[in-house]
Amino acid sequence: MPNAFWCIVEDDRNGSPKKVMAEVIGEAARLAPGRVEAVWLTDKASEAGLKQLGEWGASRVLLLENAAFAPYRSEVWTAAAADLAARESPAAILAPVTSRQREFVARLAARLGVGLAADSVRFAMEGDKLVATRPVYAGKLLSKVTWAKSPWVATLRPNVFRPAEAQPGKTAAVERPSLSAPGAQMKFVERREEVSTGLPELTEAETVISGGRGMKGPENYVILEELGRVIGAAVGASRAAVDAGWRPHRFQIGQTGRTISPKLYLGFGVSGAIQHLAGMRTSKVIVAVNKDPEAPIFKIADFGIVADLFEVVPELTKEFKKLLEK
Amino acid sequence: MKILVTIKQVPDTATQVKIAADGKSIDTAGITWIVSPYDEFAVEEALRIKEKRGQGEVVAVSLGPDRVKEALRSCLAMGCDRAIHLNDAAWSAADTLATAKALAAVVKQEAPQLVLCGRQAIDDDMGAVTAQLAELLGWPCAYWIMEETIDTDGKAVRAARQVEGGLEVFDLPLPAVLAAQKGLNEPRYPTLKGIMGAKKKEIRDVKAADLGIAAEPSQLSVVGLEALPPRPPGRIIQGDVPTAVKELVRALREDAKAI
Repeated sequence: MPNAFWCIVEDDRNGSPKKVMAEVIGEAARLAPGRVEAVWLTDKASEAGLKQLGEWGASRVLLLENAAFAPYRSEVWTAAAADLAARESPAAILAPVTSRQREFVARLAARLGVGLAADSVRFAMEGDKLVATRPVYAGKLLSKVTWAKSPWVATLRPNVFRPAEAQPGKTAAVERPSLSAPGAQMKFVERREEVSTGLPELTEAETVISGGRGMKGPENYVILEELGRVIGAAVGASRAAVDAGWRPHRFQIGQTGRTISPKLYLGFGVSGAIQHLAGMRTSKVIVAVNKDPEAPIFKIADFGIVADLFEVVPELTKEFKKLLEK
Repeated sequence: MKILVTIKQVPDTATQVKIAADGKSIDTAGITWIVSPYDEFAVEEALRIKEKRGQGEVVAVSLGPDRVKEALRSCLAMGCDRAIHLNDAAWSAADTLATAKALAAVVKQEAPQLVLCGRQAIDDDMGAVTAQLAELLGWPCAYWIMEETIDTDGKAVRAARQVEGGLEVFDLPLPAVLAAQKGLNEPRYPTLKGIMGAKKKEIRDVKAADLGIAAEPSQLSVVGLEALPPRPPGRIIQGDVPTAVKELVRALREDAKAI
């Protein structure tokens, strides 16, 4: 349908959309009621996954199912999505911020010759134009941007937008547009899985625990992981801890690491340098525990305890356990 | 092998930024400028490829006003052979696509086998130019790379990109575009000899007309900059550790409803 708001589906590589799609679809529905369509490039979509997109509020799913779409390659996805966009003339193309969507929609915007607003945290229709708001300069300022023409292409920061509530029984019309399988220059060699911590992924987690220089060494992160298991939180680290070699880079929160926006952030022994704040400042509730009452993180914390984290963490784990067992 | 590295000059993270009188840009008075950290990973990787192969040329390219020369000079001090400065008022409001178009025109002139970029610039955090450059060139592209190896005959590169949950490894025929992620390498500091030598290296000024690019309005434009909405004042929970922790858990549950 022309003028639709496309939501590019991020999936779990096993045929199901990730839950961040409820946020993208929810926001699209607020901006363009009745014009929300999901566009899914995948090697295999599950029936349950298609049903889920309908329940979240997509009125139509454009399913591009082809073995060539996995693993993701920007050149292949771009060619297919651009062909489809030429046929469908969407008003907007929205995707969640993930490693691949950041690249894909940027490349797609170049192919379509339109602007891109990455990592947006707010949208508004002003007249007949979309205006996006996005953090810039290490999150110190917000930039409002708009497009010269549509489709308006944007990525959405996870955990910021209110997710659509699933409406059981609501279904989307699933269409499988015929597209020739695009050729690829890149050849897939292998995937190397990370050693699983058993904890949620940093950018997706609703609760994130972060350990900074105050952790004193890599061996002490076990106490944060134990707390993480109790409350279902991801465990990240500050740049100081990563640069000291205590944690791999993929756990870094901040300007040169992951940007997170959880419902609850708990920082232990984190000073709150600007580059760290850049990656977590849009968290909803911020808790800081630090021995130093002057630590800058207390300036943005909702709750602070000035104490030794090695006393606080075990106590907190115990109290949360009690609470959650109730 | 000729390698082109794209870099951007950005305000140092710790620098205070203030909104300028136009309400759309920042007041540049008193700002300390640096090469965006991800771009330093790209420069370092290019230098390592050249050193490993024992031959080649590394060309640093940047778009921006006169001050950008300083950033290019520091790349030359690290070891880049020469630099190209896209310096034209026509690009003063360039969005990622306009920037990518200018860079693509330079790439066509220079014909490198590899383009290395940083994952994103830490001022506007768009992270788009690399992908858009690859698209305009029709080249394959790997984002957020953590390692790369170029085959001995210089025909292909094997790159491992960081994705949620692991690394994905691909073979890309050259020419190709790669975006550097933190963890790819540890950038070197310029030596005194490097700094002295950089003064003699060429920084070529290029205007839009030199690239045959007609001025066109940006597809994405800034309507305005805003200060962050203030966070409500926080609360330091007093008392000994067991008491403070009990109160914190209660407050998170009952007041903030965060757990």
